Amino acid sequence: MNDKMKKLSPSTTELLKTVLGLVAVYIVITVVSMTGNLSHSMNNILAELCIYAIIAVGLNLCVGFLGELSLGHAGFMSVGAFVSATFTHAMADAIPSLYVRFFIALILGTLCAALAGFLIGIPVLRLNGDYLAIVTLAFGEIIKGLLNVFYVGKDNSGLHFSFVTDNSASLGEGRKMIINGAKGIMGTPHVTNFTIGMVLLIAVLVVVTFLVDSRTGRAIQAIRDNRIAAESVGIPITKFKLIAFMISAGIAGIAGVLYSHYLSTVTASKFDFNMSILVLVFVVLGGLGNFRGSIVSAVILTLLPELLRGLSNYRMLIYSILLIGLMLFNWAPKAIEWRQMHRIKLPWKGKDNASS
Amino acid sequence: MLQVKDLSIQFGGLKAVDGLSMDIADGELYGLIGPNGAGKTTVFNLLTGVYKPTEGTVFLDGKDITGLSTTMINKVGIARTFQNIRLFAELSVLDNVKVGLHNGFSYSTLAGVLRLPSYFRAEKEMNERAMELLSVFGLDTESDTLSSNLPYGAQRKLEIARAIATGPKLLLLDEPAAGMNPNETQELMDTIHFIREKFSLTILLIEHDMRLVSGICERLTVLNFGQELAQGSTKDVLNDPEVVKAYLGE
Amino acid sequence: MSFISYLVAGISLGSIYAIMALGYTMVYGIAKMLNFAHGDVIMIGSYVVFYAVNSFGLNPFVSIAVSVAVCTLLGIVIEKIAYKPLRKAASLAVLITAIGVSYLLENLALLFFGSDSKAFPDVLGLPALSLAGGRLKIPGITIFTIVCCIIIMAALMSFIKYTKAGQAMLAVSEDKDAAALMGVNVNSTISLTFAIGSGLAAIAGVLLCSQYHVLNPYTGALPGIKAFTAAVFGGIGSIPGAFVGGLLLGIIEDLSSAYISSQLANAIVFGVLIVVLLVKPTGLFGKAIHEKV
Repeated sequence: MNDKMKKLSPSTTELLKTVLGLVAVYIVITVVSMTGNLSHSMNNILAELCIYAIIAVGLNLCVGFLGELSLGHAGFMSVGAFVSATFTHAMADAIPSLYVRFFIALILGTLCAALAGFLIGIPVLRLNGDYLAIVTLAFGEIIKGLLNVFYVGKDNSGLHFSFVTDNSASLGEGRKMIINGAKGIMGTPHVTNFTIGMVLLIAVLVVVTFLVDSRTGRAIQAIRDNRIAAESVGIPITKFKLIAFMISAGIAGIAGVLYSHYLSTVTASKFDFNMSILVLVFVVLGGLGNFRGSIVSAVILTLLPELLRGLSNYRMLIYSILLIGLMLFNWAPKAIEWRQMHRIKLPWKGKDNASS
Repeated sequence: MLQVKDLSIQFGGLKAVDGLSMDIADGELYGLIGPNGAGKTTVFNLLTGVYKPTEGTVFLDGKDITGLSTTMINKVGIARTFQNIRLFAELSVLDNVKVGLHNGFSYSTLAGVLRLPSYFRAEKEMNERAMELLSVFGLDTESDTLSSNLPYGAQRKLEIARAIATGPKLLLLDEPAAGMNPNETQELMDTIHFIREKFSLTILLIEHDMRLVSGICERLTVLNFGQELAQGSTKDVLNDPEVVKAYLGE
Repeated sequence: MSFISYLVAGISLGSIYAIMALGYTMVYGIAKMLNFAHGDVIMIGSYVVFYAVNSFGLNPFVSIAVSVAVCTLLGIVIEKIAYKPLRKAASLAVLITAIGVSYLLENLALLFFGSDSKAFPDVLGLPALSLAGGRLKIPGITIFTIVCCIIIMAALMSFIKYTKAGQAMLAVSEDKDAAALMGVNVNSTISLTFAIGSGLAAIAGVLLCSQYHVLNPYTGALPGIKAFTAAVFGGIGSIPGAFVGGLLLGIIEDLSSAYISSQLANAIVFGVLIVVLLVKPTGLFGKAIHEKV
């Protein structure tokens, strides 16, 4: 009993393996890149891979551990992207150091996305299942719709906000539009790189793994497995649903911050329903409740169309077939029978900490 | 300790429970029996706040707990098991009990994420307490098993262990012996006696197995079509001709 | 006068939502699943009409009949292959599958019909109605849409009330297990529901495209989600609810687009959904469902 306690818990061991793997990948790629053996387009996509891996891990917390399907995570991502990029632009004079500005923007973007998750979560998390999914979708569309008619301009007298009507004409000396309605934010400095992406990916991974393997994480999973039983042992359902949802939204915010500082132009319509579905595909394919799987599938599914140019037209088609196929393979009675007959275990079923 | 007064609930036109009154004393082992569909589980759902009663009141130790949420009712001291087992299927046996210990131990979410000392301290205590509880039910060797992989009887025991983990005064058991063979039932009867002493519990149970009912229950209430058919000491109630008729049919 | 013409346009849009909402509400009521792909069946149905009229020169009404047949078949096939094996699966898995089917249909359409928007002709070519001395003109298709919607509602409600199959649907939506015990063939009832819903989707598609004249692989997606919103608004599982919910939603969308901002119209529609779900989660005509414990 006691010596068992001294050992690392199984989930921590698994985490350590994943982090070591990520560090190894980072070192190898950096070395290859420095010797000039990495193509320009590959070099470019590395940061993007980290961004998708981060939001996939965040969504997996919501879908895999809380057990609620969110179809609006792109909305939280856009909150992070727009808040942080606005800050970076607005404070260009006040804080000359780009990295300091980015760091504050990162914190601000994450907090605002988490706050959005909290505000949306209060009404949404009272609902169950399909209703919850459709309402998150609705919120994602609302955020997109609002950002599309949002204008922020800057002149010497400060920031000017406007809704629905373009206010660029009313600005005074030193005018500059930061958010220009449907045209979005242009000219955000390019800060996000592979190193920053990787550091944040590892940080996010550690946070969610530690979260899941704690009192809070157990409560969240208990709610997922059986809401009524969780209530019967005194778990406050709403509180823990909100915590999980907020953290998941905050992580989507981190991905958004990285995204807006990766592309120089971001528009609200980039963060649409398709983006939410794309991330959902990563999560489902990597395995619900398997963070390492989310990272691997986000990387593979983003790289594949890049590597096989001819495939890019069929990308979404293949994803959709994968989604249906995986669900059927996982759940259809005939598939279950077949798996039992051939003794095939699903790699994404059965948790690491249960097999020791 | 538990007083139920004129408890009723109506679903549509149907009165599933109709004017039920019970008075259970501290430390008592009380049975709630009746034919299928008599409304026994509905009574449990009313006591634990899953349903809100249309009429009547429930007192626990003199305090009115009618209409409280399920979560609150557990916090004031009522824990239950379910007729159709409701474990946390994707969690290990140990973690199922640790979820039950949730309110007994406390450290913040942040302390958990940052792995502060309070996390390690509380987790160590929780593990010890959970293992202790599991050993009462002979489940300590299975602590790492996924709870859904346990055999049926063991799942029922785990549900009881999880319920006791919340530190209740009153334990509601919904058909604890269902699906058990006579040996297991005998063992369960011993366990129920044992936990009542060890954790100073009052126990209210629903059961069809008459051997268990007559073996351990001190008093009984018989429900039929949502109404009380008889109430009293186990021996008297089981010899009541009305009760016999309700069970055997006309 | 402009208010009245906006209102009429809203009622017409609402009628289309109502017909689509029927598909959602029936399937949700009976199979307890959100058929995310319903909007894309509408899109497929519109393409069938488009090619039947333009490439094969068929009569518009024959084309619609062909489209109804194709969509009905499509609905049955989707149900059989993708949804039926998952009848006992977790609702999360079913929803993800439905999203997969939706994406599959969109991307197949993309592959076969191309991503460019087709200019959908007013296939029916109905004359406009001129009122108030020519100051108010109501397009023929608008009136046709509203009439269509009313006929479909009436037909569907009598089908459920007066036929054996309709009664079976009602029984399955109340309690699947009890219906099966009473000798109702649950599987074929669910198939029938999908068939009817998908057939109606074809009609909704033609009406939608005839009014807005644009057809591309994503035509059905957003209206589909809004129609589901209408179904929730009216109370899921309720046919009059779908009718009222659809109409209200169409009117809200058209008026907010006219008087507030066309860019914000979608956000307002979804705002309505959220408010309804918070204030009255069962919708206008829905029933509360008790979870068995």
